[in-house]
Amino acid sequence: MAGYIVLGIGFGILAKVNGLSVLWVFLMSLFIYAGSMQFVGISLITGGASLITTAITTLLVNARHLFYSISMVDKYRGSGLKKPYLIFGLTDETYSLVCNDDAEEGFDKHKFYFLITILNQSYWVMGSLIGAILGGIITFNTAGIDFAMTALFVTVFVEQWKSTKEHRPALIGLGATGLCLIIFGSENFLIPSMALIAILLTILRPALTKKEAENE
Amino acid sequence: MSNTFIAISIAVMALVTLLLRAFPFLVLGNKTTPGFIVYLSKYLPYSIMGMLVIYCVKNVSLIVSPHGLPELIAIVITGTLQAFKRNTLLSIIVGTIAYMLLIQLCF
Repeated sequence: MAGYIVLGIGFGILAKVNGLSVLWVFLMSLFIYAGSMQFVGISLITGGASLITTAITTLLVNARHLFYSISMVDKYRGSGLKKPYLIFGLTDETYSLVCNDDAEEGFDKHKFYFLITILNQSYWVMGSLIGAILGGIITFNTAGIDFAMTALFVTVFVEQWKSTKEHRPALIGLGATGLCLIIFGSENFLIPSMALIAILLTILRPALTKKEAENE
Repeated sequence: MSNTFIAISIAVMALVTLLLRAFPFLVLGNKTTPGFIVYLSKYLPYSIMGMLVIYCVKNVSLIVSPHGLPELIAIVITGTLQAFKRNTLLSIIVGTIAYMLLIQLCF
């Protein structure tokens, strides 16, 4: 969770250094609330991208959120008034936390997920604001600060890796995406990667389901 | 960059992101989730996190110097630290600072 503050600071500094005001940084973190997309958003806005380009880029960069939501349809069922915000706030980080943390029996799990979601956004908004303010006063070289996003995903990847003995899905993610990056190039590889991952997981389903049954 | 342009751009990004997040809930809403989706929701997270790691280094060229070395070193530092210390914040901060030092001072 606290990684969000660091990542938010990174975003805030980058946005400010690129000419976006503190108010815009705040509004982006409040309403878009999508880590990697906001980093991309800085270059879209400052580069004067057309609204169509912005819409399509958002669709592609955030397409993985479709999968996040699909995974959460069951978990968020019956969450009532909390549901719209739970859905709005389903970011990479919130998703990985809700995925891995099952609330204890007897505890209101939707309240628990709601707290995770709102805490995450608070950290994110706070970090962004701190970063945007820092961005106006710092004098050191900030080149490379966007590695915070890479570092975040690497730590989640390592945690997931340690949580299971079944590593094929993780390796499929790395392999399929790496392959598609080489074939389709850095502008167009995301959609093919997701398609390939879906196909490979479908092929692997009998094997994984069998393994699950044996372990039970 | 007019303020209107910035505001509309942010609104577009916010709306598309929200639509993506809400779509499965609107479509699958009150039905029982099909077995295939239950299966996907269990194993997909592992694949997607692998995808995101690659996504982060998509603009790194292995052919042109420094051949992705700063990224590789910083990722190994972040990953190793996380594997042994399991302190996410520490891993992110050390990894990011290491990367900044690498590209600013070494490469």
